[in-house]
Amino acid sequence: MINDNFFGRRKNTPTRPVPPGQYLEDGFPVLSAGPTPRVDINTWDFSIEIAGETIGTWSWDSLNSLEQTDIHTDIHCVTKWSKQDTNWRGVAIDTLLADAQISPPDGYVMAYCDGGYTTNIPAKDLMDGKGILAHTYENKPLPAEHGGPVRLFIPHLYLWKSAKWIRRLRFMEKDEPGFWEGYGYHMYGDPWLEQRYNGD
Amino acid sequence: MATVTKVRVASDRVKLFTLEVPTGGNFKAGQHYDVRLTAPDGYQAQRSYSLASSPGDTNLIEIAIELIDDGEVSSYFHDSVEPGEMIEVRGPIGGHFTWEPSHTKSSIFVAGGSGIAPIISMLRHRFTVKNNAPALLLFSVRTEDDILYREELERMSDNDPSLHVVTTITRGTSKDWIGNTRRIDQGMIDSALVNTGVKPESAYVCGGSGFVESIADILLDTGLDFNQIHIERFGP
Repeated sequence: MINDNFFGRRKNTPTRPVPPGQYLEDGFPVLSAGPTPRVDINTWDFSIEIAGETIGTWSWDSLNSLEQTDIHTDIHCVTKWSKQDTNWRGVAIDTLLADAQISPPDGYVMAYCDGGYTTNIPAKDLMDGKGILAHTYENKPLPAEHGGPVRLFIPHLYLWKSAKWIRRLRFMEKDEPGFWEGYGYHMYGDPWLEQRYNGD
Repeated sequence: MATVTKVRVASDRVKLFTLEVPTGGNFKAGQHYDVRLTAPDGYQAQRSYSLASSPGDTNLIEIAIELIDDGEVSSYFHDSVEPGEMIEVRGPIGGHFTWEPSHTKSSIFVAGGSGIAPIISMLRHRFTVKNNAPALLLFSVRTEDDILYREELERMSDNDPSLHVVTTITRGTSKDWIGNTRRIDQGMIDSALVNTGVKPESAYVCGGSGFVESIADILLDTGLDFNQIHIERFGP
């Protein structure tokens, strides 16, 4: 349906198309369902679990000693804003699996975070450089409100999949809903297919 | 699809829109609707707005829209939308920032500006179902004109001893104002809790992003657990 008198304010003309239903945002809005956790980098660690077994645990220092991956990309939040040309650095999930000498598993992954947040992602969406543990944004430490010290970063999906304050990935055979997915948000969340909610 | 049935001016920058939606009252207090506008050339813009009305047997919902500088959707609503207009909506959406009548925990609600919208929905619902778990609302606004739902909040707290409302004005007060006149800080929360005797076991915080961030941090210091604090950020 058409709103006859609506024309919009298209002052931010995207250099590239943005996904359907999204608008360009200059700032970097903060979205989260609870307070920002207080994370002590000295006791922080990250682990990967496969079939009930922890196959690797990394401290902050050991994460930083691994090969670092840079990503230049656009980001898309389900609350309708997109931001273009952002720069991130972190460690690819591929690198962590290689460090643990594990071949990439099939199936799905549940991400677990400080504060209790969870989200589900198909395993293949984390491989081949598509998913990283990001600790640096625009050449600076990732601010706490944006998920620092470390967040999962999977920019080809809506940002709620890029779980802030990440602590653990659990590989699983069958897909299960995470936090927002259990409240009716889409299990996959492809912004280009506008998969915002269950049924999209 | 919704039909606008009423438009009311609530403050300099906020208008209240009543929309008729077939199953409008079927939602949980705190949930939102997505609104989508389509220009004649096909350009579209979407935004989310919390429901301010309370759930119930009705086909009417209310949303409070604050005029945002450069906001293409809010300015359209403020400048052009009149009763009778059809609006494309989708909802209800969201499930974490919700309050239901079965909620028996004492609660602190903290609202900044138009962030009162989902919280007034919760308080209206709470009042209607006569839920009397102790509740404290801390409401921060810039000016007296910005105290949305002022009379209704007074009426509810006058008629419900378990509801306490503390308002603070952060810029410019009239000489008649006897309430707080600063941003919400730890001291204000502590004394409000002491004065009202509310010992919160859950928190609902809604407002601009910076507001929500600082309040949630104070509430952690107050002793609330991470998972007891529900937040909803307004703005982009």
